Amino acid sequence: MIEKSNVDHTTWHTDDKTKPLVQIKGLTKKFGDVIAVDNVDLDIYQGELFCLLGGSGCGKSTLLRMLAGFEDPEAGTIHIDGMDMSNVPAYERPTNMMFQSYALFPHMTVEKNIAFGLQQDVMPKDEIADRVHDILKLVELEGYKKRRPQQLSGGQRQRVALARSLVKEPKLLLLDEPLAALDKKLRKQTQFELANIQEQVGVTFIVVTHDQEEAMTLSSRMAVMDAGRFKQIGTPTEIYEFPESRFVADFIGSANIFEGRVSEDGSDHVLVSTNVGEVYINHGQSVAENKQIWVGLRPEKIHLSITSPKNTGPNQIMGQVEDIGYLGETSIYKVRLQNGQIVDVTAPNQRRPMSRTHSITWEDTVFLSWEPESVMLLTS
Amino acid sequence: MHGRRSRFLTVMITLGLAFFYIPMILLVIYSFNYSKLVPVWGGWSTRWYEVLFASEEVWSAVSLSLKIALVNATFATIFGLLAALSMVRFGQFRGRTLFGGMLMAPLVMPEVITGLSLLVLFITLRQVFGWPENRGFATITIAHITFSMAYVAVTVQARLTGMGQSLEEAASDLGAKPFKVLTAITIPRLMPALVSGWLLAFTLSLDDLVIASFVTGPGATTLPILIFSRIRLGLRPDINALATIIILVVAVCIAIAALIMFRQQKRDLLDQQLAKQVK
Repeated sequence: MIEKSNVDHTTWHTDDKTKPLVQIKGLTKKFGDVIAVDNVDLDIYQGELFCLLGGSGCGKSTLLRMLAGFEDPEAGTIHIDGMDMSNVPAYERPTNMMFQSYALFPHMTVEKNIAFGLQQDVMPKDEIADRVHDILKLVELEGYKKRRPQQLSGGQRQRVALARSLVKEPKLLLLDEPLAALDKKLRKQTQFELANIQEQVGVTFIVVTHDQEEAMTLSSRMAVMDAGRFKQIGTPTEIYEFPESRFVADFIGSANIFEGRVSEDGSDHVLVSTNVGEVYINHGQSVAENKQIWVGLRPEKIHLSITSPKNTGPNQIMGQVEDIGYLGETSIYKVRLQNGQIVDVTAPNQRRPMSRTHSITWEDTVFLSWEPESVMLLTS
Repeated sequence: MHGRRSRFLTVMITLGLAFFYIPMILLVIYSFNYSKLVPVWGGWSTRWYEVLFASEEVWSAVSLSLKIALVNATFATIFGLLAALSMVRFGQFRGRTLFGGMLMAPLVMPEVITGLSLLVLFITLRQVFGWPENRGFATITIAHITFSMAYVAVTVQARLTGMGQSLEEAASDLGAKPFKVLTAITIPRLMPALVSGWLLAFTLSLDDLVIASFVTGPGATTLPILIFSRIRLGLRPDINALATIIILVVAVCIAIAALIMFRQQKRDLLDQQLAKQVK
């Protein structure tokens, strides 16, 4: 899924729609013997909110720091708006960064923190004051100009940091775990605010996060990173519904994975024989016959029933409920199959369970089934 | 059991404090002794303070020591800051380990060796370049800078390491050139370390007897040299008076520092409360 740009360098400025704002080619960074970023290619387009998602040490922050100019790559190039960034120091790049710990200057007021970037350019004083005022209005902190960062709550500091990085109107805004320091409730609320602000100002955002929910909510497109490489790039829906590998399927959400071989590769379907039975997939992926692959099933895409299905065929298995986790809105059922494998199934609790007799309970024999379009075909 | 242990602790603390402070209290009391002989009590008097204030020798020693301490503290702070910056912020340059070791050497070098080697240096310089013609203010100041900058460097280096780099990166990201980052962010953030480094260098210089004795020449007498040379001829009440004044000055300085720290703590507490009040 990694997009290879076919844009010709000579026609760089002619077509705004097709040229990527950020073009990364063969980017590599090592720390000693450890490869942090491993020969990465990536194109990001104007106006995108792009998330880099990965566990700690996957190289996502290093990639961001190379874009900002804090780390020099060992190999590869970064072009921003057609300009090679190789010899451009951080203070001359058309990027701004919002730091994980916000990095607000503690010896300056909110106003001075935000004005700092503007003062580095030659700009008349009243224009600086206007811009500071406007951006404080955008983040709803107009009354807090004279406060120092220590006198603000966590959420307000986060907004000051955002304002400070946006006020210079960068071509590209880099956000390093922008919501990690907030508590859970505030984080959810701020996710939407952040996306709204991005829409209002129209600046391209690259967000680094380890939180998959955050990446799903925020991004227009995202990349899943592991060990310095991209595992998959796509929209949140593509990544969630059509993961290409077991890693991505398991990293984003949870997945029940079965190993199998392709027994039939039709024009509109694929039939996979697994150790738990036949799996019929009807979306247009094509895999060579007899190839070893994996199929994945999301817990919420499996139907759970205590009555046996009318007809036999693919896409159904029988099992026994081993454990139930009641989460309030949904319940997780751990179902043991005949071969011993445990399958997670989630089901919404649409009715309040008045009596245990009508609902599924421990030790019940249950029948699992799923739609042919819900199956994920994982090639690695 | 608990009562006994706490009584034991009280006794130990009292003894410890007494060990520190009784000599000083005695010194202060004897500075008000009328008698010319220190151990003989001759009634209360301020005559030795009058003698002290009338003594031109004492005042020139005080002013020389203060001048040396001021110039030394300022240059030691500048050089110490630069040394610390190059150790912490310039990555792994060639010879960094050697540089770090050499920077710390004056901390562990016996003062006698430092003094002697500097004296040899100044004599050689004079033979080769004709400078310094006379040893005094300049040579003592240079000698003091060489060892006190190491103390500043250590203080600043610790703070610089603890501070992390993200504020400086943020400033640079916002378009500040390296020198601007240094003056607008790094130095203001380092202020507490720079002030304490400056004070440390100032005190070290004011206090130094050994190195100053090596590199000084005729006519340049610092306060410690003066006190020491007078004491050699026997305890003298006017020196007690001088020492009492020094104790007073130091006590006032400590009181001011404590007050500043107390107000800073109060301000931090207020900031925290303010931050909690807002949604």
